[in-house]
Amino acid sequence: MNGSFHLWLIPLLPFAGFLINGILGKRLPKWLVTAVALLAPLGAFALVLIAVSSLLGPQDGPSPFPFIETCPLGWISIGTLHIDFSFVLDQLSLVMLLVVTGVGFLIHIYSVGYMKAEEGYARYFSYLNLFLFFMTVLVLAGNALLMFVGWEGVGLASYLLIGFWFQKTTAADAGKKAFIVNRIGDFGFLIGMFLLLANFGTLTFTEIATKLGQDPGWTGGVVTVIALCLLLGATGKSAQLPLYIWLPDAMEGPTPVSALIHAATMVTAGVYMIARNHVLFDHSPFALSVVAVVGAATALFAATIALVQTDIKRVLAYSTISQLGYMFLGCGVAAYSAAIFHLVTHAFFKALLFLAAGSVIHAIGGEQDLRKMGGLRKKLPVTFAVTTVGVLAIAGFWPFAGFFSKDAILYAAFLHGDAGKALWFVGLLTALLTSFYMFRLWYLAFLGKPRGEAESHHHPTPWSMLVPLLILALLSLGGGWFGIERFAGFLTPSTGARAADAGSTQLELILSVVAVAVALIGWLVAHLFYQQKPDRPAKLAAALPGAYTLLAGKYYVDQIYGACVVKPLLLFSQYFLSPVVDKALLGGTAWLLGGVPTFAGALLQRWQSGNLRSYAAWLTAGAAAVLLFVVVPWYLVWPASLDFVWKVARH
Amino acid sequence: MNAFLSQQVPLSWYLLLSAVLFSLGIVGFLIKRNLITVFMSIELMLNAVNLSFVTFARQWQFCDPSTQGCLLAQAHAVKGQIFVFFVMMVAAAEAAVGLAIIIAVFRARATLAVDRIDLMKL
Repeated sequence: MNGSFHLWLIPLLPFAGFLINGILGKRLPKWLVTAVALLAPLGAFALVLIAVSSLLGPQDGPSPFPFIETCPLGWISIGTLHIDFSFVLDQLSLVMLLVVTGVGFLIHIYSVGYMKAEEGYARYFSYLNLFLFFMTVLVLAGNALLMFVGWEGVGLASYLLIGFWFQKTTAADAGKKAFIVNRIGDFGFLIGMFLLLANFGTLTFTEIATKLGQDPGWTGGVVTVIALCLLLGATGKSAQLPLYIWLPDAMEGPTPVSALIHAATMVTAGVYMIARNHVLFDHSPFALSVVAVVGAATALFAATIALVQTDIKRVLAYSTISQLGYMFLGCGVAAYSAAIFHLVTHAFFKALLFLAAGSVIHAIGGEQDLRKMGGLRKKLPVTFAVTTVGVLAIAGFWPFAGFFSKDAILYAAFLHGDAGKALWFVGLLTALLTSFYMFRLWYLAFLGKPRGEAESHHHPTPWSMLVPLLILALLSLGGGWFGIERFAGFLTPSTGARAADAGSTQLELILSVVAVAVALIGWLVAHLFYQQKPDRPAKLAAALPGAYTLLAGKYYVDQIYGACVVKPLLLFSQYFLSPVVDKALLGGTAWLLGGVPTFAGALLQRWQSGNLRSYAAWLTAGAAAVLLFVVVPWYLVWPASLDFVWKVARH
Repeated sequence: MNAFLSQQVPLSWYLLLSAVLFSLGIVGFLIKRNLITVFMSIELMLNAVNLSFVTFARQWQFCDPSTQGCLLAQAHAVKGQIFVFFVMMVAAAEAAVGLAIIIAVFRARATLAVDRIDLMKL
């Protein structure tokens, strides 16, 4: 990278797109809106590729990373607190940027076809560009505060896009839910930042890492608290237990948004944040184990819910939560590179699956219920093919991308002490469930006989939607061939050296075979249930009514939160905040502020009698008073007044 | 002349007369109901002020040149008389405008009682 390479251009291009389409979009012709919307992420992607190209060729000189760009004007400087506006490009942020701008660009292209007939076309693309702006800021941020700016910004973009069809109450509510639940996580992030400032005096990632490295005394205690606070932030953004509830509802947004924000990029920000702060987590084994347990629990929990969902997008949403759980599990066993590797491959195949689902929904006229699909294989051959690739990838079949990354996480978990074996087993169980519910989706949507009349209105899929699907299918197929060893080696400067391998190639091979076998079992069970005898699921549900209702009701978490958190809050607002604080305190103050002058005015208005002679009398009285004040020697009447005058004069 | 003035009629007498006339004007302005009488009271006050102006002017014009500040006082004395002319001029103009207003008010309200002309009330 030479001197003319500017990092700040990467976020700025999408921001310019946001401004142009956001302000002028309604008046611009559609082709121009499309051009602006596509050129912004394309330019950002091209810049990232330029950065990548600096890695190619002979590496004789010093490493170009980390490439730091700081605003010379500074940003925040209060007393001893100095926070720079700085972007950092290192191996970790480069990988993230490639995913964000690359997959982001593909989904922009897809959106051109998908949102073609929408009224808010320009608004949609301005939001999408705004998202890319904030996401690139989040990724490039050199300190926690700047990351928080991006963090909040992507939350805003997510809110705007979930509620894109804001006339629909469910969509508007889902947007609010996402925003509010994320607030809880952001609270954790904020507290974590305050604690960082109080204990380290800085928010810059590299400085924190240096300070932690200098003093081996930093273990547990404060570091654990900070790490747990940051983890709370991550669970909010990345939809982990206990804050995952917003992500399934977020499917109310347009499908490309679900693919970009709620599957491929934004929800992985929590994983990225943990990897970025990995030094903190490394210094707190307890916090790390919490990360691992949260991840494993979420992975299994969400996978079980996904088993019985009937909305195609909700299946994918729970699958996303489950896969994010995998990434947390990877972080929790200190295999950050494996977690990031899974993040990348997941971005490929989950974006692919969402876009394919969008293509299905688009083709059959907006139907999302799996029970009304079926037999779409012949009608949508390309979509069927790419979905097959996506399903094989997420189920973890060799040689698809998911196999390599999932295997890396499971292997790292297996080697992580005794507790690691349990984590590995949970991961394996999740893999079984994942394979089952993904093939269930596959069978229900594409194979078997057509159910319902949904398939009758059939739209052809435009090229703008097919091309991104094909590219993502290729990436889902080959994205893992890079190999975890090379990937981990590349990331080492950012995420620290990988824990020394206690295993062997033989063990790794055995574990891989076990994982693929488990995936095959999942496929087989799905085949038996949904292809061979389609009445089996209903029979099983009838045989186990309790379990089925529990899963179909998503463990009633929404209801429990509603009863424990939402309802008490509403009651508190209704019976305390509204009557006492709002009406009595605030309303009373406002009434006083208005009432006192009104009352005084009512008294004083009697003076304005309109009677000329009364005015003249007052005038005379005033003049007489002034005369009296000037002429009468007041110091004789009230001697102390002279002291006062004297004091004033001496001043 | 100065000696005569100061010996025969002291300055305070002029000022007292002026104050009495001014007070009469104020009282008349405040208690009389007829607008024309009120108007005449204003004229009375103006002329009371005029009286004190000319009194002071004369007092300073014939001061003893040996006393300190007399020359300056003499130079200023004429201003008092000029001011009287100003006041008379303003009074004349006021009489013209005021009488016109009185006629207009009488035409509008058919009365000249001040209490009933309370148009300034909200």
